[in-house]
Amino acid sequence: MADQPKEVKLYGHGFSGYCTMVNSALKLKGVAFEYVEEDLQNKSEALLSLNPVYKKVPVLVVDGEPIAESLVILQYIDDVWKNPPLLPEDPYQRAKVRFWADYVYQKLVPPVYRIRTSEGDARKKAEEEFRANMITLEDGIREELWSAGGSFINGEKPGLLDVIMGSCHTGLKYLEDVAGVKLVEKDRTPLLCSCMEAFVELDVVKGP
Amino acid sequence: MDQPAFSVKLLGSWADSHTHRVQLALKLKGLEFEYQEEDFINPSPALLLHNPVYKKVPALLHGGRSIVESVVILQYIDETWTDNPIMPADPFERAVTRFWCHFTDDKLAPAVGLVFSSSGEGQKAAVDQVHENLKLLERELKDGAFKGRRFFGGDKIGLLDIVLGCGSYWLAVFEEVMEVKLIDPESFPVFHAWLRDFEEQQEVKETIPAIDRLLEYARGIRQMMLSLSNSSSSSINNAAASSG
Repeated sequence: MADQPKEVKLYGHGFSGYCTMVNSALKLKGVAFEYVEEDLQNKSEALLSLNPVYKKVPVLVVDGEPIAESLVILQYIDDVWKNPPLLPEDPYQRAKVRFWADYVYQKLVPPVYRIRTSEGDARKKAEEEFRANMITLEDGIREELWSAGGSFINGEKPGLLDVIMGSCHTGLKYLEDVAGVKLVEKDRTPLLCSCMEAFVELDVVKGP
Repeated sequence: MDQPAFSVKLLGSWADSHTHRVQLALKLKGLEFEYQEEDFINPSPALLLHNPVYKKVPALLHGGRSIVESVVILQYIDETWTDNPIMPADPFERAVTRFWCHFTDDKLAPAVGLVFSSSGEGQKAAVDQVHENLKLLERELKDGAFKGRRFFGGDKIGLLDIVLGCGSYWLAVFEEVMEVKLIDPESFPVFHAWLRDFEEQQEVKETIPAIDRLLEYARGIRQMMLSLSNSSSSSINNAAASSG
């Protein structure tokens, strides 16, 4: 087992769901870290040199070495700080969690981007696509991963998918207000709603 | 239905680099498996059953259950059959591996696909993009996280070698079919040396189809694309994605 890092620093932005994911995961695991808020309109030299490939937040810097990309960072955090585990033990279950985590990035993130940046028919289409893909996610998780018990996809305690979806909750609510449209439907996606609502109520998420 | 003699079955396509990734990993682990060839255009009922979300190869069937998405499959194989590991043990190394796998599928592969599916100024821009991406990898190999290594995985092929290597052969194929310079050894000496060493490995030679077959396949797809030049971009991108 690798030694635990001595210094952990997170470069992030308050409104980024990806940064919330990493921030929450560190707090859930009880990791002490320094947080640096980036101005995304005026990115620091530090950020640009730590993430030259994508030039984005979040970046986790561990004893001076950077790790970028939220899903990569989350799995790193789970590899180093074992409790509470974000991924299941069983390889097949892990594969299913990884598949659905990747699905969020491949199939939910792009329509959200289009909802934010387009208008008229294009935006309406993106909204429909988002809602349909949320249903696919809900049904897939129910069939392949979920066993009833607890508010989270992972059960009584949040796992990787709960961290990912839960961290998107605020941003989705905000988008619904701004766009004036329902994106998250409780009757069609009850499990996703329950995990997101339970996630934002966690002390580590609500706290400072 | 699963054959009783095999507990591992792979649904794949012979010219698909993601299928090659899984075939290579299974070979490196010394695992026997049954292979079923799938047609991209007409997925079989089995493929639709086992990958209802994306309806694509590869799909790994093990003990009656299915796993899809090549990088997910590779990690599943590594965690199920733990001899000859393909992921590093160290968490930071694992993060570096995952990052560059993401980069390969998120940036490099789409740029290579775009070289294939475009022409004129669009193609020139795509070629520049491929060069930019290769420069980043060259830098990591020369001075960065992978400095001094023969392979990304160290002395032996690892997961990142598999992900990057199964697909990099398209660079040479597209160079010939499209008459563009993608991976010149003077600009990318370390990457070039890595690719040559990778392609010399016995298991890799057994996995990647002969270059003549790949050239013929690529020429066929390119002809089809050019003759459908007024078609929607999605079908062109599908063909490009299937070959990159």
